[in-house]
Amino acid sequence: MTWVLSVLQVLGILIFVPIIGGLLTGVDRIISARMQSRKGPPLLQPFYDVFKLLKKEATTVNHATGYFVTGSVLFNILTVVLFCMGVDLLLCIFAFTLGCVLFVLAGYSSHSPYSFVGSERELIQIMCYEPMILIMAFGYYRVVESFNVGDAFTQNAPAIVKLPLIFLGLVYVLTIKLRKSPFDLSMSHHGHQEIVKGITTELTGTSLALLEISHWFETVFALGLVYLFFVYSAPFSWAVAAAICLVVFFLEIIIDNGFARVKWKFALTSSWIVIIVTGGANLMYLSLF
Amino acid sequence: MKFNKKSPWILHYDGSSCNGCDIEVLACLTPLFDVERFGAINTGNPKHADILLITGSINEQNVSVVQQLYEQMPHPKAVVAVGACACTGGIFKECYNVLGGAQAAIPVDIFVAGCAARPEAIIDGVVKALDKLK
Repeated sequence: MTWVLSVLQVLGILIFVPIIGGLLTGVDRIISARMQSRKGPPLLQPFYDVFKLLKKEATTVNHATGYFVTGSVLFNILTVVLFCMGVDLLLCIFAFTLGCVLFVLAGYSSHSPYSFVGSERELIQIMCYEPMILIMAFGYYRVVESFNVGDAFTQNAPAIVKLPLIFLGLVYVLTIKLRKSPFDLSMSHHGHQEIVKGITTELTGTSLALLEISHWFETVFALGLVYLFFVYSAPFSWAVAAAICLVVFFLEIIIDNGFARVKWKFALTSSWIVIIVTGGANLMYLSLF
Repeated sequence: MKFNKKSPWILHYDGSSCNGCDIEVLACLTPLFDVERFGAINTGNPKHADILLITGSINEQNVSVVQQLYEQMPHPKAVVAVGACACTGGIFKECYNVLGGAQAAIPVDIFVAGCAARPEAIIDGVVKALDKLK
């Protein structure tokens, strides 16, 4: 009977995660609009956009693009499913990275100069955040003594107690993964023109809709990493961790609205400095004490 | 439920005009009018757009540009001609290189009158264009 439970669990994840991700995006757009003293779109606007895109004509420059986009979406979904099932964190990170690489290939395959620029910037962005996510996994292992996501729920204290600096570093690079300004170099989710739209420039209809859904999964995974820092054996910590995820998301929206887009060199150097300082200091502390 | 009516993504192209209508189109995005209330986004990318907003008259140089933008937009799509110049050629109609309004290049669904067209009229035109999206 355990496999029936697992199948139900996966189905639940596949249904609820996009709903949560879509609602978060809707809330993001409303809060952003209110910060600019506008009324903003309805809460369900991201869902309207996706359903509209699914019905639109698909014009593909290269058929390979569709396969790469689909692959990218599937691996992002797999990442979240693995994460929510509480398996190995490293496996989640590798599946996530593969999804990102397929996304870069989707940009390269469309033969558009704008997509090329987007893909190259996306590769730089992967360079920016990937070391931090791996350092987070190492730190997590040092504290929990296991890479399993589920083991965070059996600890006596939340991981943040021993990993405060790694948490700060992770929040810095999450801005990249949530595709927020000042680090939305390769693909902005705001209405923009070619260079800023980057990889999505040549994507239409279904591909664009799938990419939007993929971003919802990415958002949930990014906030899931934040969740891991605050959860431990006490049941009330589950709610506290979820609340802190929302606070971090709100902080990212403020940053998104408050900063201009930076150049790639600043994105790269600043994130590496943050990673080396926060990650290095925290790992050193863990190995000494 | 027709989702394409709830999420009109707009592409704005200025033919040749005094830029008065362009300023009014941008005014639609400001807090006072805020077209994002209706889910509208100013995309700047024809491949993502549902509605093509044309301001200004069509001339010998931009006719091919407008036609290409229109062809790059995926179906279903609609075209809104904003302002006197885009409707008929306006004050520039008799110029030596002006072909006329937007209809000189592509089929137009909605004409928004005015010189310059008011933001309320532009939003009204976009909402009317939504009925043409099928």
